[in-house]
Amino acid sequence: MIVAILSLALLGLFLGLGLGVADRIFKVETNPFIAEVESMMPGSNCGQCGFPGCAAAARAIVEGEAAVTCCPPGGKNLAAALATRLGVSIDLSQVKDDGPKIAVVAEELCIGCCRCSKVCPTDALIGAAKQIHDVLREACTGCSSCIEKCPTEALTMKPVPVTLQHWIWPKPIAA
Amino acid sequence: MSLNTATLPAPAVAPHVSGAGSVTRTMLIVQAALLPATLYGFWLYGWPAIFLFLLTVGACVFFEFFCLRLAGKAPAAHLLDGSAVLTGWLLALTLPPWAPWWVAVVGGLLAIVFGKHVFGGIGQNPFNPAMVARVALLVSFPIPMTLWVAPLPITAANAPGILEGLRIMLGSLPIPDAVSSATLLGHAKTELSRGVDLLHSLGAAHGPMLSLIGERSGSLGETAAWLILGGGLAMLFLGVISWHIPLAMLAGIALPAAIGHAGNPARYLDVGSHLLSGGVMLGAFFIATDYVTSPSTAPGKLIFGFGCGFLTYVIRTWGGYPEGVAFAVLLMNTLTPVIDRFTMPRILGRDRRGQPLSIKS
Amino acid sequence: MGFFEKIFSSHWGVHPDDHKRPAADVPVLRLPVPPRLFVPLAQHVGAAARPRVVVGQKVLKGECLAEAQGNISAPIHAPTSGTILAIDEITAPHPSGLPLLAVSIAPDGDDRWFDCQGLGDPFAESPQAIAKRVADAGVVGLGGATFPSSVKLALGLRSGIDTLIVNGSECEPYLSCDDRLMRDKALSIVNGVRVMLHSSGAKQALVGIEDNKPEAIAAMREAAKPYGEVKICPVPARYPMGSDRQLILELTGREVPSDARAADVGVIVHNVGTANAVYDAIYRGRPLISRLITLNGGAMGAPGNYEVLIGTTVADVVAYAGGFKGDPARLIMGGPMMGTVLPHARVPVVKGTAGILAFSAAEVAEQEARNCIRCGSCIKACPMGLMPLEMAANIRAEKLDGAEKLGLADCIACGCCAYVCPSNIPLVQYFSYAKGALSAQTRAQLRQEATKKLALSRQERLDRENREKVEAAARRKAERAAQAAKASESAPAEAKAAVKEAVNEAVKEAVKEGASA
Repeated sequence: MIVAILSLALLGLFLGLGLGVADRIFKVETNPFIAEVESMMPGSNCGQCGFPGCAAAARAIVEGEAAVTCCPPGGKNLAAALATRLGVSIDLSQVKDDGPKIAVVAEELCIGCCRCSKVCPTDALIGAAKQIHDVLREACTGCSSCIEKCPTEALTMKPVPVTLQHWIWPKPIAA
Repeated sequence: MSLNTATLPAPAVAPHVSGAGSVTRTMLIVQAALLPATLYGFWLYGWPAIFLFLLTVGACVFFEFFCLRLAGKAPAAHLLDGSAVLTGWLLALTLPPWAPWWVAVVGGLLAIVFGKHVFGGIGQNPFNPAMVARVALLVSFPIPMTLWVAPLPITAANAPGILEGLRIMLGSLPIPDAVSSATLLGHAKTELSRGVDLLHSLGAAHGPMLSLIGERSGSLGETAAWLILGGGLAMLFLGVISWHIPLAMLAGIALPAAIGHAGNPARYLDVGSHLLSGGVMLGAFFIATDYVTSPSTAPGKLIFGFGCGFLTYVIRTWGGYPEGVAFAVLLMNTLTPVIDRFTMPRILGRDRRGQPLSIKS
Repeated sequence: MGFFEKIFSSHWGVHPDDHKRPAADVPVLRLPVPPRLFVPLAQHVGAAARPRVVVGQKVLKGECLAEAQGNISAPIHAPTSGTILAIDEITAPHPSGLPLLAVSIAPDGDDRWFDCQGLGDPFAESPQAIAKRVADAGVVGLGGATFPSSVKLALGLRSGIDTLIVNGSECEPYLSCDDRLMRDKALSIVNGVRVMLHSSGAKQALVGIEDNKPEAIAAMREAAKPYGEVKICPVPARYPMGSDRQLILELTGREVPSDARAADVGVIVHNVGTANAVYDAIYRGRPLISRLITLNGGAMGAPGNYEVLIGTTVADVVAYAGGFKGDPARLIMGGPMMGTVLPHARVPVVKGTAGILAFSAAEVAEQEARNCIRCGSCIKACPMGLMPLEMAANIRAEKLDGAEKLGLADCIACGCCAYVCPSNIPLVQYFSYAKGALSAQTRAQLRQEATKKLALSRQERLDRENREKVEAAARRKAERAAQAAKASESAPAEAKAAVKEAVNEAVKEAVKEGASA
């Protein structure tokens, strides 16, 4: 019996040492995730997350300083994708996401002050000084940077309208 | 998460007609196929067997109800699909006919709770629930699970009456020594381990001829091998099961048995004894063919069936237990997902490896 | 199916109850012109047609209302003479109930044709000329796929096909419009087929007709007798025999690779209705403005086949045909296996409408879905060799990529799997949802790449503006310095040149400063 105890203890010791050595020798220094996470971000550098651009936000997320839910234009989809990629568990019910949204200008309220078009990260707002502005639907990422800039509240976020071409069947409810 | 659907409630989806039977219909056909053998077993073994059967089925239904309530599902609708009753029925057919009541109850618990609902309910279990229960019972309670009785037809003079039968099942009356007996396989293995070869041990009392009529000891589902076979063929013709698993499993036992017996008849049992004793017929037609735990593709079914049969033969001949069907089925259940993956059908327009076909110009 | 058939024959597909008769045996009735017509602009695969009429304009029957836009498109024509009332939205004949742009016409009652010129001898024309005429007539696949037929004919010619398959199988239960067309207009169909042979370059035409239509087979055989290149081939009645991959396999033994088209194996497939439309377009010069549709179902008043103008609302069609028998439990456009449910009857009949079914509550398969018991019936039924139960299990767990690896893109959504499922699992809905979600993901990916480019170009624009601002400021500063230097007028030419150089230097410096700021 003594022999059995001794041999098992020695085996455990040996294997544990091996694991420790492997951790030192084979440690991965650089983090290849950052570039990958950055490619998943919207890339419009809107600044809504509080970081100076998507690259900085990607670094912060990978290093754990920012939550995966920090990107408003990315919404639930991006948060879920990041959570899966990074192996983090998140409570998606806390993320406010009612679907993709785009900005819409109420033409009767717009005074043409151009404050909104200056901050749009993708130049989706077009219009000259003292002219009514409008939003290019294909360019708008839904980052909402323009909303607070408008002095007359002419800008609102509306859900992307569903068209016949883009309608998809809902998922069946499982038994 | 569907982001682009209209705000109307989900529209009805094609197809708008259905040609399917229902799960309940399938279960009813299986139970009807089992009925002749079960009634014959009742006649052979008398009242204790009847009570044991009723208690096993009842315990399974009770635990199913309990689990469904726990899962928050409406019990009535799901109980009606008949799967719990079928599990109990099959389990009862594999138990010793005069086993005590607690074997039935523990068996029900093991089958339904640990064999099925722990994995998510119907359709989610990787192992056959009845076999999980049987194996767990056999390993945990070897004595009651191997205490076989010789057939004592219900009409015989010294057969226990209703009350006596109830008391035997409830354990208050011990099984009379004169009645207990060993199964053919059990006897053969015991004698072989004692050095007595088959030609001498299998006398008239255990001759294979008796297996045909079933007038020998065994579990409820074992003795009436021909009735089980008949029920199995009925299910085959009604399209409830396909021929692949039963044929492959019987071949998996018959082929090695034929080779072995031809080589050394003193050591290896003949094909007839193998096929007609133990749970082979029940296993081939009712247990290995369980939809949930067997492969879905035809080649996969053949591999699965053959594996079950072959493993049964190996366990019976060289293993520690005289009967191997339950172990064999469980072992092959572990391989079912792998078999499914490697026997996927060929998609039209693609080759076996899944690449698009090349265009022959 | 019997025990032996299971072993010895290929058993893909299902055999639903036919329900085609007595509707198939009733003679065709032509609907009169309805009080209003709503002709949608997008009735075909590809880009919607662009309107070329204005509100208030008077049009003749067969006049072009909207032109094809792009290569894959088709024009739309007026189904009757009358006045254009509006070009606005109507509910689309689609389960979502979303709107669709349509030209709304008020008929004037005269039903006057515009000047149609048919071709005396189509075989004297070039294949391209024939294809152009077919395109201008707005002929699209009338089997339901509505692919522009001229594009398919041109593709056939380009690919050097040898066989034209004409699809007369009509495998969907309840529908019989193709059956009736073959019985009544066999000669037109055969002539249409011959024109298509000429236009596509194919050497032979194989007309596949299911064997549950003996009258149609006889009529077509009679009509095709003088023409050896048109062969009538009865096929076993099995759903989905009319699916093009299955029909090609059955008639020619060729298997279309999953990443290729039928033309790549030397075959194109056209519906018999399309052949008839080609006949009308070429021999009579008439565009596609009406079609045969089947009205059937337990709740349909007078089941039968009706010739209907495109743009007639379903409500008008059913009202003429005797109304409903009680309240239909479900209104379906198409067949019961793949047809789409209609939100209500005020939707227009379009080029792809093969039939309208009004199901009573007894006929509808309305049952709650249960858990999958892995019985494998769906695998046996699938005509494409997929494993529907595995794909659905992946989709249920939101593993859409897993489902794609199992062959989701090869699914033809025929409905055989859901038809045989004993647990009533809506398998087709799982696959439609997954296909839609995956394409939405691809669209989102493309959109993200596009907006990234936009953000980058905005940054470049801002940088450029910044640079220009700094250059302009430096230039102004240097010019002011030059003005001051000019005050001493007697500055010699070299001094002026030196000043200019100094200005340029100053600008360069300022730009460098500005850039490094």
